[in-house]
Amino acid sequence: MASAIIIGAGPAGISAGLYLHRGLPATDIRILTKGAGTGSLAQAGLIENYYGLEAPISGAELERRGRAGAERLGLTIAEREVFGLRLNDKVDGFLVETDKDTMEADVVIMATGAAREKPLGLPGLEELTGHGISYCAICDAFFYRGKPVGVLGAGDYALHELGVLLPIAGEVSLFTNGAPAPAGVPTSVTVYTEPLQALTPAPDTTPHRLAAVELTSGQTVPLAGLFIALGTAGSTILARKAGALLTDDGRSVRVDEHMATNIPGLFAAGDSIGGLLQVAKAVYEGAEAGLAAVRYLRQKSRPQSST
Amino acid sequence: MNNVTITKDNFSAEVLQAQGPVLLDFWADWCGPCRMLSPIIDQVAAQHAELKVGRINVDEQPELAQQFNVMSIPTLVLFRGGKPVNQSVGLIPPEQLESFIAQ
Repeated sequence: MASAIIIGAGPAGISAGLYLHRGLPATDIRILTKGAGTGSLAQAGLIENYYGLEAPISGAELERRGRAGAERLGLTIAEREVFGLRLNDKVDGFLVETDKDTMEADVVIMATGAAREKPLGLPGLEELTGHGISYCAICDAFFYRGKPVGVLGAGDYALHELGVLLPIAGEVSLFTNGAPAPAGVPTSVTVYTEPLQALTPAPDTTPHRLAAVELTSGQTVPLAGLFIALGTAGSTILARKAGALLTDDGRSVRVDEHMATNIPGLFAAGDSIGGLLQVAKAVYEGAEAGLAAVRYLRQKSRPQSST
Repeated sequence: MNNVTITKDNFSAEVLQAQGPVLLDFWADWCGPCRMLSPIIDQVAAQHAELKVGRINVDEQPELAQQFNVMSIPTLVLFRGGKPVNQSVGLIPPEQLESFIAQ
């Protein structure tokens, strides 16, 4: 049986699920969400410019109705925080790493919403990316074997990245950037709660390379690598991990008119691909992604059906 | 297009002493973005007969990775006349790769 994972249970994710379900009812579809009210729709007070609303309703209520409708049709909505996304070893499907388990799927539709993290505003961040600054522990840990590294963040995603680095890197520190220290940090990890103030490059290296971070207290912590893991792993981070291209400004996932990324079987819809941040657009793109996923799965199953 | 596997033993002959431009692609099996960049490189390089593409597996060639300060993959380094003239980190689309090798 074909399987699909949809990351996000907002308008784009639910709509993708509805169309995928209708197109290929036998598909095992799991819609993953961090929980009700975690998306941008729940932040909308009253919505009155959307089709079919006789009276204005709250964003939270529209979200609830969307999920209830999907569940009524038999779709599974599961609470998971997604930490990672990658191709499997056979390169014919995906592995979705979550806070509870690692799931497999033939297709993945990213409907995670737009990144709402504020830019860090740390001088040098851009130039040092790829030269000490990383957004993916599993991708880059190898280069920091035995070296001192830090993780920037204070949520479950940051703890996940710590777990990836611990067996490979040397000394590992957690920088919460002003947030309280989270529970569950391994004892071997040093926790710094003061905000970061600057990144210090090593002198005389071309290209520049990270040598240390400076805290607002003025304290300097030597680091070969700093892994950014603020908040949750949003669509652009998941896309980077999987190898999907981003738009030129790096803020959205790059897709074609059928919501397909450059990776066969990986689609994205809604706020995660940028443009108009509206329910109407998200619903359309979810539908398009769902139908494109149906076509992909049909095509994929064709050569295998003869064996 | 000329596609070669680069090791520390053939680096000098294949890269430093190459007549034409050489595009070095630092990659590894476990790197998803590297898998996606590889066909993009093939596609772009097919349009540039003079370009040699050198693949460097960082697991097997840690010295070369270190020498070029590679701390994230995929990393691309463009060589002209035996000298590195451009470096790029991360997955890039075909049009960006075109302008990268035009440097």
